[in-house]
Amino acid sequence: MSPDAAPILNVAGLVKRFGGFHALDGLSFHVAPGEILGLVGPNGSGKTTAINVVSGLYAPDGGEVRFEGQPIGGLASHRLVHRGINRTFQVPKPFMSLTVRENVDVALAYGRARTAPPPVAQLLEDYRLGEVAARPAADLNSAQQKMLDLVRALATAPRLLLLDELAAGLNPAELDWIAQRIKALAAAGMAIIVVEHLMGFIEQITDRVIVLNAGRDIFEGKLAAAVKEPQVIEVFLGGEHAR
Amino acid sequence: MPKLVKHLLLIVLPLLAVFAVAPAVYQNHLLLFNFVIFLILAQGVNIIYGFTGYLPFGYVGFFGAGAYGFAIMVMHLQMPAALAVLAAGVVGVVLGLLLTPLLRLTGAYFAIANLAASLAVLHLVANPALESITKGPYGVSLTGTFNPTLAYEAALVVLALTLGAVVYLRNSSFGLALQAVREDPVSAAMAGVDVVRMRMVAWLASALVAGLAGGVYAWYVSVFYPDNVFSGEFSIFAIVFALFGGVATILGPIVGVLILYGVYNLIGFTTPQYFQLIYGLLIMGLVLFLPAGLMSLATRRGWHVP
Ligand SMILES: Nc1ncnc2c1ncn2[C@@H]1O[C@H](COP(=O)(O)OP(=O)(O)OP(=O)(O)O)[C@@H](O)[C@H]1O
Ligand SMILES: [Mg+2]
Repeated sequence: MSPDAAPILNVAGLVKRFGGFHALDGLSFHVAPGEILGLVGPNGSGKTTAINVVSGLYAPDGGEVRFEGQPIGGLASHRLVHRGINRTFQVPKPFMSLTVRENVDVALAYGRARTAPPPVAQLLEDYRLGEVAARPAADLNSAQQKMLDLVRALATAPRLLLLDELAAGLNPAELDWIAQRIKALAAAGMAIIVVEHLMGFIEQITDRVIVLNAGRDIFEGKLAAAVKEPQVIEVFLGGEHAR
Repeated sequence: MPKLVKHLLLIVLPLLAVFAVAPAVYQNHLLLFNFVIFLILAQGVNIIYGFTGYLPFGYVGFFGAGAYGFAIMVMHLQMPAALAVLAAGVVGVVLGLLLTPLLRLTGAYFAIANLAASLAVLHLVANPALESITKGPYGVSLTGTFNPTLAYEAALVVLALTLGAVVYLRNSSFGLALQAVREDPVSAAMAGVDVVRMRMVAWLASALVAGLAGGVYAWYVSVFYPDNVFSGEFSIFAIVFALFGGVATILGPIVGVLILYGVYNLIGFTTPQYFQLIYGLLIMGLVLFLPAGLMSLATRRGWHVP
């Protein structure tokens, strides 16, 4: 982590509405190059929505998103990818009928990576997809499809990477392995936002966490401090346990 | 040898050669011409449906618009036929541009809206109030340009262009990106693909193909009515042929046309009384047992189909 580095992403007062419902209700946070930021919160607190807005899937209804100092709120996803933002999906979304290698080839051809990404063969090896490179993505299991989402993202050489529950469904050995991989990416200078319910995993890899509740950040700091915060305990355990 | 060259040499050239010499050895010139037209239209459907997933139920709209584009250029501007065919292609593209808002719809909604659009164009062309321009419902007669031999050759040129486009799609990252958009537009955007632009390019390319086909068709038949060139059969046949063979391949739509249109004419000649029945059963069988087309028999075994 490089705590002194200027933030690459600044989110301030972000609002996203679905009908009358505020999925994001004034969310603010930032992340710096080389930093791993955890985004935690109960189900439905707006973590995925935050990633969707930052990656251009939805336009914000209020507030500001700045990437490398430039406002990017409402820009189309492919433009954000070209600028250096990429992500994985909570429910993996590979191109099912294309082969694993073709999935990555599309991103290599259209991602406009500013710095050359590693060769495909190496990327696939690194994320344990080498042996299935010629198979249709539909043949992969869910964990492999998540890795394919990740490899597709890495093929565009992002400077900001958003990981939505990448670790869910992995066994302990795989968790250790992917934690090391994510740390290595950050060590190379990538800013990474990790959404995860597994607190052990968050503890292991993040430098700092943001706790979300009802679309708002209610805590910012170390996870160890977060779990001592009454307000955080309350949203995770529910009202009657907290007092 | 790169795959693209191989596909051109082993699939496109032989097919064109067969249809180029066929009129010398086979008498039924119109039948050969219709084969060429359906080869073009089935590949046009392949471009838009196979590579992007939009099912163009009103595909004939571009074809009919192209035919009338040709007729209007010849009747009112005395354009030479070959040039008028190009104009027919432009008319197809312009109609495609006008209909781009349809691309916001998906699935059955797109198919239905496209069908409605083709009917709207038919009724516009056939409107008696436009008689001075389109000859309205009374049909056009273009005896001045009548020349089946040349029109047939022009159809072969259009077929060559169309096949060339499909070979390119099958072998380029552009074609791969289109398929990515078909599979998952959100993920395609995360691969850096401009989804809206890609859909638009495929849509206009397939509109161009149908417009050109309509132009050569008008040139060939020279006398036709709105109901002829806007007949829903063109859309249905082109779609069924393409699906029967298998889309997103070069070979699928070709095999589909050769087999299904071949059988269609065979039954039509030999046992016309059972014609509808046999044809209907054949298509039902296809949908039930081979929903991904004939080519899926090979891809299921892990063979690569060009
Ligand atoms: N496209 C949408 N349309 C309507 N409501 C939505 C949409 N996307 C999210 N929501 C709602 O917004 C709220 C936040 O959802 P979000 O998916 O961001 O939660 P999350 O924190 O990622 O939850 P989880 O931990 O279960 O993944 C939820 O109440 C959800 O139902
Ligand atoms: Mg979520």
